[in-house]
Amino acid sequence: MGRNRWLLLPLFVSLFVGLSYAVLSLPEHPESLQKMVVDKIEVSGVSNPVTAVLLNFRGYDTLLEMVVLLLALLGVWSLGSSAVRREATPDPVLDTLARLLVPVLILVAAYLLWVGAHAPGGAFQAGSVLGATGVLLLLAGWRLRADLTALPLRLVLVAGPGAFVAMAVVTLLIQGQLLEYPPAQAGILILILETGATLSIGATLTALFLGTRPQHKENE
Amino acid sequence: MSTAFLYALVGVGLFCIGLYALIVHAHLLRKILAINVMGSGVFLVLVALANRTENLSPDPVPHAMVITGIVVAISATALALTLMLKVAMETGRAELPDEGRE
Amino acid sequence: MATIFLAIPWGVILILLPLATGMICFLWPKLAKILGVMTTFAIVPSVVGLGWQIASNGVYRYAIGGWSAPLGIELYADGLSLLMLAATALVGFGVSVYSVAYFERAAAVRFWPIWLFLLAALNALFLSADIFNLYVTLELMGLAAVALTALTGSKEALTGAMRYLLATLLGSLSYLFGVALLYLSYGSVDIAILATRVIASPAVWAALGLMGAGLLLKTALFPLHFWLPPAHASAPAPVSALLSALVVKASFYILLRLWLTIFGPLVGGEGVDTLLGLLGAAAVLWGSFQALRQTRLKLLVAYSTVAQVGYLFLAFPLAAAAGVTAWSAAVYLALSHALAKAAMFLVAGNLLRFGGHDRIADLDRVVQRLPLTAGAFALASVSIMGLPPSGGFIGKWLLLEAALAQGRWGLVAVMILGGLLAATYVFKVLGHTFTQADVPHEPNLVPASMEWAALLLALGAVLLGFLASPVLALVGIGDVFSASEVRP
Repeated sequence: MGRNRWLLLPLFVSLFVGLSYAVLSLPEHPESLQKMVVDKIEVSGVSNPVTAVLLNFRGYDTLLEMVVLLLALLGVWSLGSSAVRREATPDPVLDTLARLLVPVLILVAAYLLWVGAHAPGGAFQAGSVLGATGVLLLLAGWRLRADLTALPLRLVLVAGPGAFVAMAVVTLLIQGQLLEYPPAQAGILILILETGATLSIGATLTALFLGTRPQHKENE
Repeated sequence: MSTAFLYALVGVGLFCIGLYALIVHAHLLRKILAINVMGSGVFLVLVALANRTENLSPDPVPHAMVITGIVVAISATALALTLMLKVAMETGRAELPDEGRE
Repeated sequence: MATIFLAIPWGVILILLPLATGMICFLWPKLAKILGVMTTFAIVPSVVGLGWQIASNGVYRYAIGGWSAPLGIELYADGLSLLMLAATALVGFGVSVYSVAYFERAAAVRFWPIWLFLLAALNALFLSADIFNLYVTLELMGLAAVALTALTGSKEALTGAMRYLLATLLGSLSYLFGVALLYLSYGSVDIAILATRVIASPAVWAALGLMGAGLLLKTALFPLHFWLPPAHASAPAPVSALLSALVVKASFYILLRLWLTIFGPLVGGEGVDTLLGLLGAAAVLWGSFQALRQTRLKLLVAYSTVAQVGYLFLAFPLAAAAGVTAWSAAVYLALSHALAKAAMFLVAGNLLRFGGHDRIADLDRVVQRLPLTAGAFALASVSIMGLPPSGGFIGKWLLLEAALAQGRWGLVAVMILGGLLAATYVFKVLGHTFTQADVPHEPNLVPASMEWAALLLALGAVLLGFLASPVLALVGIGDVFSASEVRP
């Protein structure tokens, strides 16, 4: 591909120039949804505008993206084992680091989840920290107890998207409108959804890092 | 040109660099990384220009879009990496056949 | 009673039901098969319910969470969405029935949850009116499709799936960049609102280029079709059916929707539609030519998809002067192709199960021993070739009518040549189904449900030929085609 490389280069430079021109031509003071978000934010149940958009105004997108994350795990699991896993014994530094950091990380995750209602934070940030915790644990040699790897693990993985779909069904039946939260309970409902999402995201990211399905039983 | 637009140009640059790398490199890991760079470019454009108006608070909708986009990108990358490992296991090389065409 | 039936939010059910049952299948794999078939069965009356709703009340708009656009996301269904949903429901049910017998235990447990999520993604996509929401549904659909493609674990399946994944991710990112440009210009991601606000600025041109390129890559229009034949040929047969019939149509649907509402009125006539028509013509000729050269049935059918996708794009240059006819033709072709191509891939699966291979030259007395399967292939071919009576014939006839009326002899020639080439590769296969192979082999049993699923889908493609009036009337709901005609 050596010769082609240099032939493609002018093509990409012109692509860059064209796209830059388009981006620079964007209006300095555009119409945006910011004002609308600010207007409706009291009704949304949270005071952080990003959380309000993610979990209330455009909650349907969040529902779908949680399913995307679960689906990625389903895809990874359906591919089967991908490499011979070397079970190394962790050295003392990693071991100690894990022991010290994991509780702190869990606390940080819980804090991020709680604070997301009124400051930057929320389910995705907390879930990512939990995911990092899981990765650290896996690297230090921890594996999930065998009897928890079937239905309990799956329940935790499904908690996020499942809570969303359940909320969708409930609001549909009770309120008559999909994902419409009564303003008085909106805050607590969003917190419930975010908690489920945090657990799911953390578990899914950890499982994705592990790659293979833990203790896959043939009669499942 | 304000700083917001400068960041946005960087985002465009990342998109183009990523696209170039995706087409030119044959190794699958590089292709996957190129996709991630492209994604980061698009996210940077969104986040940078969410704050053009120089108000105190930026527009939250692009931020929400980027969070969604990041989750989707992670899911896709995880699937891609596992698929790459399987391809490498089955064929012995982490490259696509037919001279590594995209 | 009727008012209750009409008041049920069928659109929402179409999305939530497969999501919920997909998760239940993941949690309790023993329920997977039965729940999967029941869900796909339940989707069919839900689509009928939605159809009744929009036939009575007109276009369906639903603001999720009570937040209407531009702040929230709205669902939207008109005649075009309804027809795509109907195709999804019918093909989905047929393929599900087929899959019950096709997959053995271990593979089935992996297949059903992913397939149900794919179904949810397709329904969500056809009901969406929000370009960012479309991005999320596109990704959901793409990842599910890739995971299903790799299901067999063979070397070809894995490399085909990897190539498919890279192509689909590139397409999505390009599309997302376009979405970003549109939102950053006009402050909304709702299609209807954007349609009122866009002007032909550099950002909009860039968005058209980016979104168009991304969606064309996902629809596998020549020359961006390179990923399709390996992926569709190496996937398990029911998955190939879903991919060729539904997944490539989804990105075409988005392209069509964006063209009709946002981009077409702005830039129609400036050469973009001519370019699409040219690429479509090249796809028809190149795809058909490549199909002729194949020795394996699944690859032949996959290249046939490349060719048939090309026909859809022939409507673009014709639409400026004869919008309703040309677009209705494209939609009709998309529907018939969905049914016929799904049937063809299911036939290929049957033949693979029967003989252990899908080499065309070695097909061994199929007509005598698998008459239903051979019949399914013959019926599906009628639609693919565009012979009457079939849905394919109606679609091609409408396109030819528009092309002749406008004096576009080049397009007429391409269509006629494409039909001839299709007849050639189809008869190549049909001929071998009558003959005996050089090395006869012991046949394996093909379950009746698999044969009947293929036959009924093929029959559906032919039946579409008799349903032109009602289908075209349905397409008219929402009047989305006439708006794109260039005013004199």
